[in-house]
Amino acid sequence: MATPVNNELLTRPDNTSGRVISSSKLPDEVKGTKRVRRSHRQIRTENVFRRTLIIVGLTMVVLVLGILITLIVQSTPSIKSLGAAYLWGKTWDPVRDIYGALPFLVGTILTSFLALAISIPFSFAVAIFLGEYYPKGWFPDLLKNTVELIAAVPSVIYGFWGLAVLVPIVRSFESSIGVSSIGYGIFSSSLILAVMIIPYAASLGRSMIQMVPSNLKEGAYALGATRWEVIRSVILPYTKSGLFAGVLLSLGRALGETMAVTMVIGNTSFMPKNIFSTGNTMASVIANELPEADKTVYNSALIELGLVLFLVTVVINMIGKRVISRFTN
Amino acid sequence: MESTIVKSVNYNAYFGDNHVVKDVNIDIPRNNVIAVMGPSGCGKTTFLRGINRMHELIPGATAKGKILLNTEDVMEMHPIFVRLKIGMVFQRPNPFPNLSIYDNVIAGYKLNGIKLPKAEKDKIVEHSLTRVALWKEVKDSLTKKGSFLSGGQQQRLCIARAVAMEPEVLLFDEPTSALDPISTSTVEELFHELKKNYTLIIVTHNMQQAARVSDKTAFFYMGELVEYDDTKQMFTNPKDTRTQNYITGRFS
Repeated sequence: MATPVNNELLTRPDNTSGRVISSSKLPDEVKGTKRVRRSHRQIRTENVFRRTLIIVGLTMVVLVLGILITLIVQSTPSIKSLGAAYLWGKTWDPVRDIYGALPFLVGTILTSFLALAISIPFSFAVAIFLGEYYPKGWFPDLLKNTVELIAAVPSVIYGFWGLAVLVPIVRSFESSIGVSSIGYGIFSSSLILAVMIIPYAASLGRSMIQMVPSNLKEGAYALGATRWEVIRSVILPYTKSGLFAGVLLSLGRALGETMAVTMVIGNTSFMPKNIFSTGNTMASVIANELPEADKTVYNSALIELGLVLFLVTVVINMIGKRVISRFTN
Repeated sequence: MESTIVKSVNYNAYFGDNHVVKDVNIDIPRNNVIAVMGPSGCGKTTFLRGINRMHELIPGATAKGKILLNTEDVMEMHPIFVRLKIGMVFQRPNPFPNLSIYDNVIAGYKLNGIKLPKAEKDKIVEHSLTRVALWKEVKDSLTKKGSFLSGGQQQRLCIARAVAMEPEVLLFDEPTSALDPISTSTVEELFHELKKNYTLIIVTHNMQQAARVSDKTAFFYMGELVEYDDTKQMFTNPKDTRTQNYITGRFS
């Protein structure tokens, strides 16, 4: 075993360490092999390439930090004049210069968590189906590609589908159960969101489930467990943190989704009374009102919403990533 | 003459088109230790996994023929009933990492949804751990996770887990290949104890182990059962030249 590896090391000295060794410095035992001549220009090219990569990488970090700084700077007028009361003020009335963000916080949380609750059974089912039951075959492939496609479809298309199909259905559902039948609102937004966030929890869950060591599963099968029992007693306990991380990624997506939600939520700034009310999320109110926010505080209050949304999604993503890395190590 | 507990009749196993076990006919007597040996890829593990229908868990794996447990054909039974009667211990110790030592021993009952009174569970746990000579070592740490134990202790825990289900036959798939020499000899000593109550079929590619622990030895080569005889006979006076070549170390 050891011999062929050594040969490769000797004949290709520059590839194994990542550094360039000029032929004159090759150790004695290499002298017999084919020598490689490298010019200083080639070595300089390597340095230029490395620096380019570092600069590109740094640019990304600076860009995101810049966005955060912009958000903070632009929301300063609102933070100064409105203070913390902004976060629990129930009234949002730009005409009278009253800016309370609570209706949008509530709207965001309601739509996101409702969407999460609707999507989790589907994403877990897909994850279990593809991860354990049928990892191979034409139908699993079709399902896997379809679910991944869900994440790739532009959100305006979901918004359009929501307007054309979902809102009328929800409207007749609402009138059949005797609530105000508008069709637009938090419930419709949650349904759309639920579809849109399925792939995140599903594909992470699938890869986590596939990582469960087969000897654990076999141990359970050998004790007479059925597939469902193996999933419930071995796979789910083993993958629970990974599944949780997938749910967090889905949540992060749901919190920030703008276009589709804006198109079906009804865009009202009142406190939602129930899940069938119209409303606004943080993202949708920004999209709706920023173009016409002519007053400084109005403009700044909207940007402060963006700041809150930014921080919340960053925190949720960070927790998710941390859980994943703890799980995979 | 001892009574036969497991008997395979023209048993064949395949992975897709790959014919890995060919027409195996074997009679396994009750309360014996049977060693199954042979070079890598000879089909010994596949045959073992065929006995409790674990073979077919692998996508594309199929099997033909009969395997009789007492007089019942396991190929006709539901695999879950088969696996309750024929326990299995794997190459790598695989205690369930999320369960305590106690829960690992009764994992089979939990998995099968059998609810037992606490006193009975306690009895099963103590009894099973005693059988595998682990009770004294772990009786004060039953609530700890099974993965805290050493490799050899984990393997004995896995044997206890199989024993707890009171099967008739225990299958071992190279049970000591992941263990150190001392743990290996502890497990080997266990085999002598366990065969009083169970029939043991042990796959090993360690010939010394086969010679040490077994009453009868089966030698597999290229998917065929080449020779099956009393261990002493097999190692001192093999009938087939392939067996002779194998035990004298001419190939491995």
